[in-house]
Amino acid sequence: MSRPVRLGMFAVAGAGMIVVLLLGFTGLPSFGHAHELYGALVNRTEDKLRHATDIVTALNFDIRAFDTLGEEFILFASVTGVSLLLRQLRGEKEEDQEQEGIEEHAFAGASDGLKLVSLILIPVLVAEGAYLVFHGQLTPGGGFQGGVVLAAGPIAILLAGRYLAMKAVAPKVLLESSDAIGAACYALIGLAGLIFVGTYMKNMMPLGSPGHLLSAGMMPLNSTAVGLEVAGAFLLTWTEFLDQTMIGEPSG
Amino acid sequence: MTVLQLIALVAVMVGGTAVVLVPEPLRQAMVLGIFGFALTFLFFVFQAPDVALSEIVVSGVGIPVIVLAALRKIRQQEHEHEREEQEDGQ
Repeated sequence: MSRPVRLGMFAVAGAGMIVVLLLGFTGLPSFGHAHELYGALVNRTEDKLRHATDIVTALNFDIRAFDTLGEEFILFASVTGVSLLLRQLRGEKEEDQEQEGIEEHAFAGASDGLKLVSLILIPVLVAEGAYLVFHGQLTPGGGFQGGVVLAAGPIAILLAGRYLAMKAVAPKVLLESSDAIGAACYALIGLAGLIFVGTYMKNMMPLGSPGHLLSAGMMPLNSTAVGLEVAGAFLLTWTEFLDQTMIGEPSG
Repeated sequence: MTVLQLIALVAVMVGGTAVVLVPEPLRQAMVLGIFGFALTFLFFVFQAPDVALSEIVVSGVGIPVIVLAALRKIRQQEHEHEREEQEDGQ
């Protein structure tokens, strides 16, 4: 297709797009004046029904807990796919022999300053991640955010120049189990709702008093399960990607 | 609309355009990280701290690790190709 024809087609499509967008924008409520019924209802009821102070977490782990189950397994399936593909590419059988020969393997880009900052970051990241996972129902955060922050902890070890130390702290077996157990626990918590109160994912635990660590029924449990899964999933993906480039090649 | 919200919107607009315009992938990864911080700021000043947290962890750690690992792999393969070509020439 020649350039003038392509440009002509773009002009027609672009003009149509602009018309549709303008029509859409003129129909929007003015800035700061959108009052959705759903949002208003959730804001009014969820703190009283479930004693949660962070309504977004309440949405994810209570009102739409079933949606979150789907999201859990989207992540689980995609991480499984990435692992399968990359291990196939690398040839999993050769890895064990290769790994023995590279004891001093290091990330050569690590300067002393970067090493120092990374070492300070490790405990901060772990503490922050755990805080986000366990306080999901109280303050912004929750299983997903906390899980990714937790997974970033071992990445700080890589930045400190020790890739194999990172793999010793978080071996693949551990990451795979964490990913799978987290996903399974989330599904099983839902099943507990089905058994004890007759509806899948319905809350069946005492609510506690609002603002306390152990409150809001099943939300802390759900958040922990998601945190476990997300931390394992992200770190496993990163490890697979890094294995492609850090293992079996001269450092540099 | 507050001044902070206006600043956040402009930062996201400029940042997003910058990510597209940077030609070199390594620099692009860095600019993408900065754009992620702009988006985080935007979500925060529009009162969505949960989304801001997700954005900062994904754009700050999640994407860069994968992109940088992939770029390093590509560079290693390019070096190997060059070495093979040199050896063939000799």
